[in-house]
Amino acid sequence: MNLLRQTVALLKKEIILEWRSKYAFNGVLLYIVSTVFVCYIAFNLTPNFKSSSGYSLVWNVLFWIIILFAAVNAIAKSFLQESRSRLLYYYTIASPQAVLLSKTIYNALLMSLLSFLALLVYMVFFTNTIGDTFWYFLVVLTGGITFSTVFTMVSAIAAKAGNNGTLMAVLSFPVILPVIMLLIKISKSAMDGLDRSLSYGNFGVLAAINVIVIAISLILFPYLWRD
Amino acid sequence: MKFIYQSWWKILGVILVFYTMIAGFLLPVPKLPLLHETIRNVYFHVPMWMGMLVVFGISVVYSIKYLATSREEYDLVAVESVNTGIFFYALGLVSGMLWAKFTWGEYWSSDPKQNSAAIAFLLYCAYLVLRNAIDEDQKRARISAIYNIFAFPIMIVLLFILPRMTDSLHPGNGGNPAFGRYDMDNNMRAVLYPAFIGWILISVWIATLRYRIRLIENKQNSI
Repeated sequence: MNLLRQTVALLKKEIILEWRSKYAFNGVLLYIVSTVFVCYIAFNLTPNFKSSSGYSLVWNVLFWIIILFAAVNAIAKSFLQESRSRLLYYYTIASPQAVLLSKTIYNALLMSLLSFLALLVYMVFFTNTIGDTFWYFLVVLTGGITFSTVFTMVSAIAAKAGNNGTLMAVLSFPVILPVIMLLIKISKSAMDGLDRSLSYGNFGVLAAINVIVIAISLILFPYLWRD
Repeated sequence: MKFIYQSWWKILGVILVFYTMIAGFLLPVPKLPLLHETIRNVYFHVPMWMGMLVVFGISVVYSIKYLATSREEYDLVAVESVNTGIFFYALGLVSGMLWAKFTWGEYWSSDPKQNSAAIAFLLYCAYLVLRNAIDEDQKRARISAIYNIFAFPIMIVLLFILPRMTDSLHPGNGGNPAFGRYDMDNNMRAVLYPAFIGWILISVWIATLRYRIRLIENKQNSI
């Protein structure tokens, strides 16, 4: 119960900090909007792009790539922005698991909100009909949460290894690729309006990946923060 | 650690690998459509992956041991096992690509298992990049041990769980029957199982040799 209390307290602190500055949220939201707009301009240089046959395919893949890069940018901050002394202070008052859990939950909340908004913005510029809208939104939320569980641990490792963005990308992309393959598959079937029961198995694998990643992170993080 | 200085298992490994090379090319194999004589590649392609899995497994065990004890030798075992594993990874990938050229028509047919294997290869390359990024010895050992433990289950998911869920050209995946089901007769099993053991022993031997060289280098540097 101690762990739960500490996690909630740290989570509250993360949210209050974010609410006061709104730096991560606004920054990443602007990042998403400008990326979507760049893609919109770039793709519309080709006339009749929207009526071409591969449009729905490109639509889906492009969306996930935008979300992927937004997630890397948003979550890389979670440990990189903390100063050494502040981290030390956290560890004196809370258990390392609570620190990791609070960061993960905070990132999951941030990413679900951001990916939800990103989808809205994306749909404004790239008009498309989604077969099963509710299911697509659900996939996007799951995707945001899975990105945050994986990237939180990776950003903790990258932050310890000298705070550079290259390392974050190199370490996280191979880890996130199976997730993104699954997500693109499920979201494509949601877009085509296929029967929902077809993607239960893939959702199961995503859930399993989340559980494995969180479990390993909780076990390994206490070794990581010690300096 | 006395095990690595004994020689019986190294001799056994060499004998088994020679046996599979001779018996693998001479013993009769079932005549199957498409595969024909290329089925003999199963004596090399699959055991190399087994060797890779075992050395990666060893490196994870030693990473865990390192985190528990902080002994530098354990970190050396882990990194040299990964180096050997990457070598066997490349061998498994190349032998698989050659086989794919003759049976599926292309070196790279975008088969889910091939793609997963390429991703997992990146995963372990990232491990080596991570090691290069950190200067301080103990910090490098600790962080790379953590990443190694983190990467191993993801590699297992990539290579053995995801390809099974989709259509794959590999046997045993996506509803295809596994090789052992009816393609393989007892003649082939008599070569394949010794080949597993032989290549695993050889890969462990290479890893121990690399570890011992590293140990000597370490001692020379510390003087």
